[in-house]
Amino acid sequence: MPEHHTAPLLEVAGLHKHFPIRGGLLTRRTGAVRAVDGVDFSIEAGRSLGLVGESGCGKSTTGRLVARLLEPTGGAVRYRGEDIAHASRRELAPVRAEIQMIFQDPYSSLNPRQTVGTIVGAPLAIRRTGTASARRARVRELLATVGLNPEHYNRFPHEFSGGQRQRIGIARALALEPKLIVADEPVSALDVSIQAQIVNLLQQVQRDLGIAFLFIAHDLAIVRHFSHRVAVMYLGRIVELADRAELYGDPRHPYTKALLSAVPEPDLGTGDGEAQGRNRIRLSGDVPTPVDPPSGCRFRTRCPSAQAICGTTEPPLLPVPTATGQHLVACHFAEPLPAAA
Amino acid sequence: MTPPSVQSGPFLSVRDLQVRFATEDGVVRAVDGLSFDLRRGQTLGIVGESGSGKSVTSLAVLGMHDRSRTTVTGRVTFDGTELIDATEKQLQSLRGNRIAMIFQDPLTALSPYYTIGAQIAETYRRHTGASRSAARARAVDLLGRVGIAAPGRRADDYPHEFSGGMRQRAMIAMSLVCDPDLLIADEPTTALDVTVQAQILDLLGDLQREFDTAIILITHDLGVVANTAHEVLVMYAGRAVEHGATQQVLTRPRHPYTEGLLRSVPRLHSDVDEPLVPIPGSPPSLLAVPAGCPFHPRCAHRERVPGDDCVTRRPALAEVGHAAACHLPEEPREVLAQQHLQP
Repeated sequence: MPEHHTAPLLEVAGLHKHFPIRGGLLTRRTGAVRAVDGVDFSIEAGRSLGLVGESGCGKSTTGRLVARLLEPTGGAVRYRGEDIAHASRRELAPVRAEIQMIFQDPYSSLNPRQTVGTIVGAPLAIRRTGTASARRARVRELLATVGLNPEHYNRFPHEFSGGQRQRIGIARALALEPKLIVADEPVSALDVSIQAQIVNLLQQVQRDLGIAFLFIAHDLAIVRHFSHRVAVMYLGRIVELADRAELYGDPRHPYTKALLSAVPEPDLGTGDGEAQGRNRIRLSGDVPTPVDPPSGCRFRTRCPSAQAICGTTEPPLLPVPTATGQHLVACHFAEPLPAAA
Repeated sequence: MTPPSVQSGPFLSVRDLQVRFATEDGVVRAVDGLSFDLRRGQTLGIVGESGSGKSVTSLAVLGMHDRSRTTVTGRVTFDGTELIDATEKQLQSLRGNRIAMIFQDPLTALSPYYTIGAQIAETYRRHTGASRSAARARAVDLLGRVGIAAPGRRADDYPHEFSGGMRQRAMIAMSLVCDPDLLIADEPTTALDVTVQAQILDLLGDLQREFDTAIILITHDLGVVANTAHEVLVMYAGRAVEHGATQQVLTRPRHPYTEGLLRSVPRLHSDVDEPLVPIPGSPPSLLAVPAGCPFHPRCAHRERVPGDDCVTRRPALAEVGHAAACHLPEEPREVLAQQHLQP
C-alpha cells in the first residue's frame, strides 16, 4: 500500500480476537471462536467507513476492539499512530474521550434510574470537566444538538420514544468532543419511519463536527447512504473494501455480489408478486461456524464459483484495477493487479 | 402462470375486526375496524410499525389472544367457517392443520426438550392420526424440502443444535406438515440474515405455487412485501390506512403515511448526496391515538385539506380497489402519487 502523507486517524492491522471455549476436565481450553481473524483497515479523520456483514461475521467484535471495550488477541489498533491494542486503563484514559460508541439498543444502553441530564453529563462529570453549572449548560447544548428539548433535562429514559432514546445515546457520545465514533447498528432497533431521522442526525453530526465514523450495520442500503468507504466482512475477515460507489456499482467478491442481489427493494417493475427481474444469486446453506472455519477461502462452501485452489489457499486482500480509487478484494478470481504494477 | 383459483371468491374474509385489551392505563384499541379478503394462492402483505396492530390481527384471526383480557368483534370467515365465535376445540383442529403460523422467533415456537423431527412428527400425528413411522418419514421429507441438508440425521437434533436460519426452516417445515390452506407468517425473516431471508422467501413462494396456499405476510419491510405480496394493507395505529395491489400501493402510494415510509427508506441506487426524507415524530401510543386521522400530527399534507377534518373526522377506507383512508381530495392525491420519487 502506498504511504500516506498524513497518517490515518485509525489504522487496524492484522487484528485478531479469539474467544476461548473451555470445557472438559479442569476447564481446559478446548478451542476458540475466531470472531475476528486477521482484519486490516484504516479510517481518515472526518471520514466514515461502513462495516457490513451477516450475524456472526465479527463486525460488532471489530467495533468493540477499536473502541477498546475488548482487548485484541493479536494485531495492532493504531490511533493517531499509537498502538492502543494492549494499552492499560491509565494509558487509555485520554483515548477513551476521543473514541466513543453508539449502541444498537436504546432501551438497554441507558440507565433507567438516571435522568437524561445525568446520563448525557456523565462523561463530563467523570472527567470533572469545568464547573457543575458549566456542565449543565453543556448538556443542554448537547440535547439541542441532537434535536431534543433542553428542558427535558430532568426526565427519565422511559419518558422518551425509541428514536428519542437513541438521540440521548448520541448526545452522550458527543459530550467529550470525540474524533471517532463507533456506531454499532445504530438504527436497526428503530421503527422504519424513525430510522431516517437518526441517519440524518448522525450525518449532520459527522459533517458539522468533522467526526470520523466506523458505521457497523447489516442494512446495505443504509450503510451505502452513510459511509464514504465500505468493508464487507465474512467469518472474521474482510473480503472486500472499496469506495462506496465502487463497492456497490462494481462489486468483485462473489459474497458481496450475493449480498447485494439478496436485498429486497421496495421498487417494483411488474408488481405481480413474482421475483423482480434482477439477477439473483442464491447462496445455499448458512454461514459456517467461526470455531472451525473452512480451509482456504472461508466463503468457498457457499460460493457459486469455487475452484480447487479455493480449498487450499486463503486469498489475501489485494488491490484490483478499477476506474477510481482503491478497491481491495480477497478472491482468487477477482483479477488482481500484476505484481509489477 | 395465473392459477385457476384466482377467479374464485375470498377464501378468508375479515370484516370490521376490532381487538381491544383492557390494561391498567385504559382500553387499548389494538385493531380498530379492519376488513380484507384473501383468495387461495394469493399473498396479502400487512405492513406496519411497532404498535400498528399487525401482529395482533393474526393472533385474533387464529383465536390465540388472551381471552380473559381481550375483546374481539367483527367477522372472520375462513372457507365458510366463522372463526370469531368458534370454540377452542374447533380452532385447535384448524390450527396447525388447515391454518398454520410462522413466528419471527423460532425458539419460542420450538420446544427445547424434543428433537426437531419429533416435534414435526407430533404435529402431523395429532392432526392426521398417522403412524409413528409414517409421521417420522413425513418430517424428514419436509426438512429436506425446506433445505436442511442430511434431513434424516438432522431430524434427531435438538433446536439448540440448529443455526438461526435452520431453526426458521424447521419451524416452516412444522407449519407446512399438514399442507395448510392458510399460512400466517409474522415477520418470518426479520431475525435472519439477508441471504437466508432470500432463501426462505423463495421457499414460501415455491410452496404457495405448489399447494395454492393463501399467505398473510406480516412485516415492517417494504422490500419483502414488494417481492412477495400480491396485495398490501398498510396499518397505522390499529387501522388500515391504505390497501391495494402491491404494484399500485408501492409505485403510486395514496396515503401520506405510505408515501412517507417509501421516501424514508434508502435504496441501493438512490442519490447518496440527498439526505433521507424522514417522517417527523413517532408512532402514537395506542392508549392515546390522536383524534380524527391518527396520522395527522405527522402528516406533511395536512394543510392541503380544507377545514379541520384531519383533526376531527376519522377518514374511512373504501373496501374495494386501491384505497387510502385520507381526507386529501382525490385530485391532490393523484398528484402526490405521480410526484412520487423515482428509484
